[in-house]
Amino acid sequence: MTIGTGKMRIGLLAAALLAGTGLLAQPALAGKSDNSVHLAYDQAPENVDPFFNNVRIGVIIGQHVWDTLIYRDPDTGEYKGQLAKSWRQVDDRTLEFDLREGVKFHNGEEFDADDVVYTLNFVSKPDSGVTTQQNVAWIEKAEKLDKYKVRVTTKQVFPAAIEYLSGPVVMHPNEYYAKVGPQGQNQKPVGTGPFRVAAHEMGKSITLEKNPDYFKDSPKKQGPIETVEIRFIPDRQTQMAEVLSEGVDLIMHVPKDQADQIGMVPHLKVVSGETMRIVFMQMNTLDNTPAPALKDERVRRAIIHAIDRETMVKEIVGAGSRVIHTICFPEQFGCTDEGAPRYEYDPAKARQLLKEARFPNGIELNIVAYRERNQTEAMIGYLQAAGIKANLNFLQYAAMREQIRGNKAMLTHQTWGSFSVNDVSASTPVYFKFESDDITRDPEVRDLLQKGDTSVDPEARKEAYGKALALIAERAYAVPLYSLPVYYVAAKDLEFKAYADEMPRFWEMTWN
Amino acid sequence: MALFIIKRLGLALLVALTVSIISFVLLRTSGDAAIAIAGEGARDIDIEAIRQAYGLDRPLAVQYLIWLGQTLGGDFGQSLYFKTDVVDLVLAKAPVTLLLGLLSLAFALLVAIPLGVLAAVFANSWIDRAALAVAVFGQAMPNFFFALLLVMLFSITFRWLPVSGSGSWLHFVMPTVALGYYAAPAFMRLVRAGMVEVLSADYVRTARAKGLPTRTVVFKHALRNAIVPVVALSAVQLGYLLGGSVVIETIFALDGLGFLAYQSITHKDFPVIQAVVVMLSVIYVLLTLLGDIANAWLDPRIRVA
Repeated sequence: MTIGTGKMRIGLLAAALLAGTGLLAQPALAGKSDNSVHLAYDQAPENVDPFFNNVRIGVIIGQHVWDTLIYRDPDTGEYKGQLAKSWRQVDDRTLEFDLREGVKFHNGEEFDADDVVYTLNFVSKPDSGVTTQQNVAWIEKAEKLDKYKVRVTTKQVFPAAIEYLSGPVVMHPNEYYAKVGPQGQNQKPVGTGPFRVAAHEMGKSITLEKNPDYFKDSPKKQGPIETVEIRFIPDRQTQMAEVLSEGVDLIMHVPKDQADQIGMVPHLKVVSGETMRIVFMQMNTLDNTPAPALKDERVRRAIIHAIDRETMVKEIVGAGSRVIHTICFPEQFGCTDEGAPRYEYDPAKARQLLKEARFPNGIELNIVAYRERNQTEAMIGYLQAAGIKANLNFLQYAAMREQIRGNKAMLTHQTWGSFSVNDVSASTPVYFKFESDDITRDPEVRDLLQKGDTSVDPEARKEAYGKALALIAERAYAVPLYSLPVYYVAAKDLEFKAYADEMPRFWEMTWN
Repeated sequence: MALFIIKRLGLALLVALTVSIISFVLLRTSGDAAIAIAGEGARDIDIEAIRQAYGLDRPLAVQYLIWLGQTLGGDFGQSLYFKTDVVDLVLAKAPVTLLLGLLSLAFALLVAIPLGVLAAVFANSWIDRAALAVAVFGQAMPNFFFALLLVMLFSITFRWLPVSGSGSWLHFVMPTVALGYYAAPAFMRLVRAGMVEVLSADYVRTARAKGLPTRTVVFKHALRNAIVPVVALSAVQLGYLLGGSVVIETIFALDGLGFLAYQSITHKDFPVIQAVVVMLSVIYVLLTLLGDIANAWLDPRIRVA
């Protein structure tokens, strides 16, 4: 079901007008009075066990109910001990962790080496069916050295291990998990996190309450918020109505134009920030590409020159976004645009390049896309102006991926959030290391990325990634566009920060 | 009568079977479920493993027959997304939808019958025109848009009603009105047409002639006869309302079958979509069948047809 945003725009405008004339009743501030936060989110996770879902809200719930061995400070990027007090790299493939003592799970079970060993060995078995294999496939085994000491071995040299251990790889209670499994963890979740699950109505809502026994030394410092209610409301307009009528205190992923209008309502505010999600356009240069014209580097350069990224960022993508020049998120380890050529917005040059490539009358291509349709349409407009007719094929993500992997796509409007992993190994290789979404397949690029992924020396990694990224830009395999911002609409008095990992942190929110 | 019922029952079975085949084929050809289940970041081997595990690599006809066999045995399979039994999921959500359907039907009748009677009694007057306007409005306006108008007025401006959820009776007010209003015009037209016809019938003239008060004539003598077809239409409309609740439940985040259907469509959760479609269509077919039988019982002329 789709509902035109135009209609809601009228609705919002009317609401804003009503608010302006004082016809809106004064807010009741349900969340503020009892230190609770009510969030509306559009989709429900299939399972709240963080290993068995691949949606953003799953990550959000996961980081509140569970803890990881290591914590990455989102402000500084610094790694801090969470369930592990300290750790060291023993050799290229071995890490050792000293665990924190006196930590308890929500069901009273004590946290120790058995939990870590059980969790890591369970999730790394392929037949355990973890949804995102990439998050766990690097683990070879975990061994208990003593009650509070664990050794983890990786399958290959894997420098990003720390990053994964501070993100998606949470720790389950071994006795409980062995008994109830992922399904039981979904129905009655038990972790060590700063919040515990008070109620979970599948597909409808989940209520978290502050964990009174949370360990004081955790880098996730508990704040004043007592309860968090997350309700699953699929319809965007309904979410808007909820926040307008103060049924909820916070909504996220609001489109820029709607956020701009809702910002006029007195009791609400808009908070935005950059995210790690990058936007880029792939160009299919495979041997049997449906668009042989794309095999000509000049055509690909023409496409990059045709798009005015600066204006797009300013006019439609919005605050928090920035233009990127290589296919990775600038803050990720190993991401750089040094040495990579830049393609300025220059439609005349684009036409010239097309002429040189013997397409004086332009070319016709299709483009597949799955989100931020207004951005795709803007790009199509720019391409049109340079003599490239692009026909839009707007699909669900799964359907688009099918087209790409089936070699039916010519251009793609792609986005990638790297699972919030702050390392290039989680972004560029996905699209350029001969994985299934790679539709350029340059062996030189692949080898450089492989070197970056598996070298231990950070400098060697940086160098290899830098060369790979420069090569991708030089050979114009993809159009780097920009990072995406996230827009939150919230009650005016709710204090919180917009982080790049798109994760609201309820433990540090406060009501003014 | 028995023959009539058997004939209709056979037809109903055929319709249900056809619906199940069509929906099955449409669902399976709408996209690769394995890719949808695997989600963002899955590799080809993951997808292939999922395809085999769920039997998605077998021929469509085989998949359908397996599904049909299991379904007839009462096993609707597992939800691909929520990983629980489809039957449990559907049964847990059904009461909300059923309640919403019945409430909406009641609301539609409550609005339609008085308006229809008024329109007939004062045929071609301004009252008739006003009732017609209400009907046209209800029929013409998409129910999701009407729902948004209700939300703006009663939740945002006046703050009388909660926008979404299913926690209290207050949560059902707007969905009931939005869904029921759309069904009202059909009833109203039927009541008006029936009443106009009946009011000019000989026995009504006789009733008037013997000096009965208008109220008695209209409600006791005329309405009772005019309302007969409404009974049959109610059965059909209830089926329609249950199906129409997909949009309304999604807008109001009412945790019923429609909401489940919408979520399942977004996640390509085939077993759940299939179960909901089949269940709603079976209910629809059954209600239509009941309507037919009720009609035939009330009006013997129909039995011949």
